Amino acid sequence: MNVWLIMVACGLVTFALRLSFIAAEGRVTFPRWFRLILPFVPVATLTALVAPELLLSQGALWLSWRNPRLVAGVIAVLIAAITRSVLWTLVGGFAVLALWSLMLG
Amino acid sequence: MSLSALQEFLAGARALVPLLVGVAPFGMIYGVLALANGLTPAAVLAMSTILFAGSAQLLFCQLVGAGAPAAVVVAEVGLLNLRHALYSAALAPRLTHLPRRWKLLLAYLLTDEVFAAISQQEAKSESSPHRHWFYLGAGLALWGGWQLSTAAGVLLSARLPTSWPLDFALPLTFIAIVVPLIRDGAMLLAALVAGTVAVLVAGLPFKLGLLVAALAGMAAGWLVAGRAR
Repeated sequence: MNVWLIMVACGLVTFALRLSFIAAEGRVTFPRWFRLILPFVPVATLTALVAPELLLSQGALWLSWRNPRLVAGVIAVLIAAITRSVLWTLVGGFAVLALWSLMLG
Repeated sequence: MSLSALQEFLAGARALVPLLVGVAPFGMIYGVLALANGLTPAAVLAMSTILFAGSAQLLFCQLVGAGAPAAVVVAEVGLLNLRHALYSAALAPRLTHLPRRWKLLLAYLLTDEVFAAISQQEAKSESSPHRHWFYLGAGLALWGGWQLSTAAGVLLSARLPTSWPLDFALPLTFIAIVVPLIRDGAMLLAALVAGTVAVLVAGLPFKLGLLVAALAGMAAGWLVAGRAR
């Protein structure tokens, strides 16, 4: 399907979520399970994206210190935990990826 | 606009500016990666207005670049942006007196950064009859910063060597977003389950494995958190 149509659909869904309770003016409240599950959504969604990028190579599991993306990803997790900075995580992650590829390449 | 409305507007913009330090590189990365995933420059720039949600825009690029079907893309983006409904609920009581056009405008601008700026302001100062101008100032400052940094990414992209593994910026950016969110065991469990399931079911067609893995991670965190509280 056309990329533009998908984009507009995503935009409408996002706007609807942002408008939802503002439009409802506090007449609606969250069920308890929804309030409990919501904080886990970003963590679960984004980790589900990241893990295959680090651990899979052409569809096969590559669990080894020789896997440059896995090593760079693990170091990036440590950098993110310490600095909490997108910029430093990117710089460190790319530096390790380059170094590892160079050493093992 | 009265003087105090103008003051609120400027205070809102000022409150948001420090957050642009984190937003600007993110917007540039999005611009570069969106082009690398085959989007046209027009689509890249338009998405920053149509979606106006950084991590969802990156997710969109990755899914579309991988050839995921429309329904999966919309479902994933909706899932990722569910948190905005939480912001909407928190802000709703403060906006009930406003006309509809204000509600529509402020809802459109309601992002992570704007919500953070608003929460800080509400915590430190008394309510004002012109507080909605503060929200607007913060929202427009972020909107402008996001559009500019996206455009910078599009311009920069042409100058980067094609041999660079730029696609790796996506997982790195997501790592930088996720790690600070992991503050307790339940959150760590949600991440571990989501990541493990994602690897196990990566072979599913249409990138459906992402949806399955995200739901598994959410369920795991919810089960632990629900029992603890």
